[in-house]
Amino acid sequence: MKQYEILGHQDTRSGFGAGLLELGQKNPKVVALCADLTGSLKMDAFKAAFPERFFQTGIAEANMMGLAAGLTIGGLIPYTGTFANFSTGRVYDQIRQSIAYSGKNVKICASHAGLTLGEDGATHQILEDIGLMKMLPHLTVINPCDYNQTKAATLAIAEYEGPVYLRFGRPKVPIFIPEDTPFEIGKALLLREGKHVSLFATGHLVWPALQAAEILAKENISAEVINFHTIKPLDETALLQSVQKTKCAVSAEEHQLNGGLGESLAQCLSRQFPCPLEMVGIHDSFGESGKPEALMQKYGLTCDHIAEAARQAIIRKRNAKPKAFKVHPVSQ
Amino acid sequence: MEIETLQQMAGQIRRDIVRMVHKAQSGHPGGSLGCTEYFVALYFEILRRKPVFEMDGHDEDLFFLSNGHISPVWYSTLARAGFFPVEELATFRQIDSRLQGHPATHEGLEGIRVASGSLGQGLSVAIGAALAKKLNQDPHLVYVLMGDGEQQEGQIWEAAMFAAHHKVDNLIATIDVNGQQIDGPVKEVMDLQDLAAKWKAFGWQVLEMEGNDLGEVIRTLRLAKGLTQREQPIVILMKTEMGFGVDFMVGTHKWHGIAPNDEELQKALAQLPATLGDFPIV
Repeated sequence: MKQYEILGHQDTRSGFGAGLLELGQKNPKVVALCADLTGSLKMDAFKAAFPERFFQTGIAEANMMGLAAGLTIGGLIPYTGTFANFSTGRVYDQIRQSIAYSGKNVKICASHAGLTLGEDGATHQILEDIGLMKMLPHLTVINPCDYNQTKAATLAIAEYEGPVYLRFGRPKVPIFIPEDTPFEIGKALLLREGKHVSLFATGHLVWPALQAAEILAKENISAEVINFHTIKPLDETALLQSVQKTKCAVSAEEHQLNGGLGESLAQCLSRQFPCPLEMVGIHDSFGESGKPEALMQKYGLTCDHIAEAARQAIIRKRNAKPKAFKVHPVSQ
Repeated sequence: MEIETLQQMAGQIRRDIVRMVHKAQSGHPGGSLGCTEYFVALYFEILRRKPVFEMDGHDEDLFFLSNGHISPVWYSTLARAGFFPVEELATFRQIDSRLQGHPATHEGLEGIRVASGSLGQGLSVAIGAALAKKLNQDPHLVYVLMGDGEQQEGQIWEAAMFAAHHKVDNLIATIDVNGQQIDGPVKEVMDLQDLAAKWKAFGWQVLEMEGNDLGEVIRTLRLAKGLTQREQPIVILMKTEMGFGVDFMVGTHKWHGIAPNDEELQKALAQLPATLGDFPIV
């Protein structure tokens, strides 16, 4: 099995920008819209290369979503760009009526998702967006893990007919998915095989999950790591094949436990293969200002937290009795 | 078409509206009746449209209804224009129908390109479709109808600003100024003040017309067509009477969203002679 290693560091939003530029060259139907965050979304290169296919909407996200829905009616493939907060909660009804219910081929591309937006604080750190988007019928929800995967996902969603929510982030993070790795919507990526526990991670927590597997290996715990870049549709086959082997699992995401990847996994497991599932994510709280690393530490989203959750999952599997109830520190 | 033929069509569509809402015992007759001349003018005189519905709408004019609750007038117009069988009007608001309470694409009803009903969104969609026409070098136009109460939604003004800034000049918006909304007269609920001045200040070319005068509606829409492709979006403030054509429904918000009973239906139909044949009630 291939060993994943750090190939460099880059922000996932730059992967989106690079993917969008390449799409501009490849697919004349692709157009882009941005609500006054062109630089932050790394859409500058597309705008410079294809000015007639780029629409500045100003700080008016509701209108941007409606424009995108209308552009599809002429057969175009619009990519909207703004922060995840303004891409979802702010425009929920516009997405619901004009895009999802109307079945429009809009690609909602959202940067600065989660705590790692950092210093701007909780007003901008949306931790509910995956839940909001996955609840809408017909919407595909994707949260890639590094620069290369974000670029590949940006390209792949143009080939898929239907509304998509593509979530990525602000900080520079490790690149570890090789550039030539194919991206298939709805097909989870097995990164490391293991026998004792499955680690299911999405977005920025995929690399920490691989690090957690290394930590656990030193304790003779064999952890399987699967990258669920697509939260919806969920790759239930990959999930069930893994837990049938390991009999316990951990989910890890930079998102509320309510509405996130872990919740989707739990729903499938409770129906198909009940087994211990520990969940690493945000425990019903808002974020706050700070450096991304410090925030991930404080809110329990590091490789050490994933490793500890894995140990708990294994204990629960062996004892077949629940651990003592513990309230997460940040939710108090 | 001769104006008399169009008038007959308007009379039949008004019968359809009242009968559909009565059958469903639910729906919005007031605004539908008030906008009947606009729909007749648009679909039978103004729109350059293909006989068979295509979602992408290449090489034809497009129409979007933003105030989706007046779906009865749109459904009747679409059926009478041949988009789907007139008999289907009897299924309005019933289970398993393609004629949803508010317009939707989900059931594949010909003529509908986006869902509407949650207000304030249709202008943005229409502008997006107009941008697509420009990129596709399609010289056809995009039309959109909004309500006056709907002007209270913030998204309308986001869209208004965008269209002027980006010189979206292949678009003719119309606002149904009937002065009524659910809770009462617009002036009392949330006064729009000088609506024409607002749209002018946003950079739009503003026209006005009497919406229940079929000849004037056709003339004004033609005038608006002549003003397109001049780097400025166009809006028509269309003065109408809510409930026009049925005396006891005229000019009151009471008939915004309620259905007539059996007796009221007969009173209404007595004022609206059947001209093209009613759809059968099954």
